[in-house]
Amino acid sequence: MEKENGIVTMAKTFVSHNNILSNLGFDSETVVENISKGKSGLGKFDDASLLPEPFCASMISSEVIKSEFNKIGDPSKYMKLEQMLILSLKKVIDASKIPLNEKVGLIISTTKGNINVLEKGNNFLESRAYLSELGKTIQLFFGFKNEAIVLSNACVSGVLAISVAKRFISEGKYDHVFITSGDLVTKFILSGFNSFQALSAEPCKPYDKNRTGINLGEVAASVLITSEEKNLPKEAVAILGDATCNDANHISGPSRTGEGLFRSVKSALKEANLGASQIDYISAHGTATPFNDEMEAIAFNRLGMENVPLNSLKGYFGHTLGASGLLETIVGMHFMEKNILFSSKGFSDLGVSKKITIIKNNTPKNLQIFLKTASGFGGCNTAVIFGKINN
Amino acid sequence: MDGQFHIKSYCNIKNQSIWMNGELLYNEGDEQEAQTENFPTFIKNAYKFLQTDYPKFFKMDNLSKLAFLAADVLLKSENLSEEENNIALIFSNKASSLDTDRKHQAAIENSEEYFPSPAVFVYTLPNICMGEISIKHRLYSENSFFIFDRFNAEHLQLYANSLLRSGKAEKVLCGWVDLDENSYDAFLYLVEKDGEIEHKTEEITRLYNTL
Repeated sequence: MEKENGIVTMAKTFVSHNNILSNLGFDSETVVENISKGKSGLGKFDDASLLPEPFCASMISSEVIKSEFNKIGDPSKYMKLEQMLILSLKKVIDASKIPLNEKVGLIISTTKGNINVLEKGNNFLESRAYLSELGKTIQLFFGFKNEAIVLSNACVSGVLAISVAKRFISEGKYDHVFITSGDLVTKFILSGFNSFQALSAEPCKPYDKNRTGINLGEVAASVLITSEEKNLPKEAVAILGDATCNDANHISGPSRTGEGLFRSVKSALKEANLGASQIDYISAHGTATPFNDEMEAIAFNRLGMENVPLNSLKGYFGHTLGASGLLETIVGMHFMEKNILFSSKGFSDLGVSKKITIIKNNTPKNLQIFLKTASGFGGCNTAVIFGKINN
Repeated sequence: MDGQFHIKSYCNIKNQSIWMNGELLYNEGDEQEAQTENFPTFIKNAYKFLQTDYPKFFKMDNLSKLAFLAADVLLKSENLSEEENNIALIFSNKASSLDTDRKHQAAIENSEEYFPSPAVFVYTLPNICMGEISIKHRLYSENSFFIFDRFNAEHLQLYANSLLRSGKAEKVLCGWVDLDENSYDAFLYLVEKDGEIEHKTEEITRLYNTL
């Protein structure tokens, strides 16, 4: 933090090298290429060992993960999520060429980690369910000097992790922070969302009038957050403003007025010193539940953002829980680099009470600034604004 | 930059007793020793003794009850606004929500007795306890839940400083709320401009270890 003319200004922080590991590809470029072609990772499953009824989700084959992991480690020693996080993070560490010294931090964003270790007939010790153990496993694999910081803040975890990294960098604790994020589609998660009657058996339709609920998905997504402007990839962005606000309303339902989301975007805009009309694109949460999508439409209207092009990426990946905010930020960075607004898959007719501008078809547009938002159980909402780096 | 902010008050809940600013507030007497292993009984008795009067408390899971009561001890003496307050919450623990996770897992383990409940499932996230506290005290504020192997004063101190210095929060309620079967340990402290104790890692660690 430096003082200029008496005003406190933060040093710039960037979102740099990145990776997405999903059934749409094992690197960000391949995944974004598949999105540009309109491909979705969602599929229908009828597997009673996961859920007593058919469901729609995006999952990665354990066998494919294992054979990929076999190139860098012994798959019998690592659980599926650990293999995914390590595979994803390794690509980012390698691309960054940053030595893992005392000034390099590690954040792991997850809601449930290795929760599948609680299932009967598992070969791993139950201690693997502790998220700090997951942190240790990742830390030791790569030889990070610092203890992993595990962030578990429901569905905003992935995007909140970017704020957390920025804040630790601004306090001078770290120069660089690697974030890796992920959650699995497990019996635990499926049964829980199904008990809320929140799951859709068909591919989800965020903001559409015929939307019928969530699809769950699994990915690992990783990024480097850095204060250094050198060796940034072409899709890198600067973090312009960020905030998290609670609804103070309900633990499992969103506020009807979108209070926390409204406040978090306001606060992020204020920090970025931007007005609502200066946002070129919103990568929203859009889970395709009736209440969530309606809440977002109300909040974006209160913010005067009803004409800003917006999409939800849940139609491509499903809801990937602790990874979703980070995954969707990475995809947004690539969209901005390509100067294309990508379609909100599953959407055809507006099904919320307030006007919002959903992207129906891939459309070229000069993109300089985008907003990523997420909302989750516990009433939490996070907004982060990213700007293109113009050399 | 140390010394800019202060610890105004702190609360420890451990070993069947509740302490505020180092003074004993409530102790589950010796006559109830037979039940000392029983967290639900202890926390219910403490709730009554502290005249908390908040019926939603009884719907909460054990982790939320622990965090809620520790926060309530500190926040009810703060003269908070009934409309809204900007007090950020930075909580941490080791066991995440595993205590409730095990209950949900038990309800889905066998196909013959398959009965997942939304009222249990919603508590399978550690940050839900911060939602409960935000609702009670009208906190439209920053929330972060971190998981560490053990109490980590340094990261809490840095993160609280960042929120206070950037103006994201007026005050920050920080600490550790861990519950794992019948073992429990809560330590929350309120950071703001005014106060007697310097907001430093050593002081935070000292207050955590006083019990």
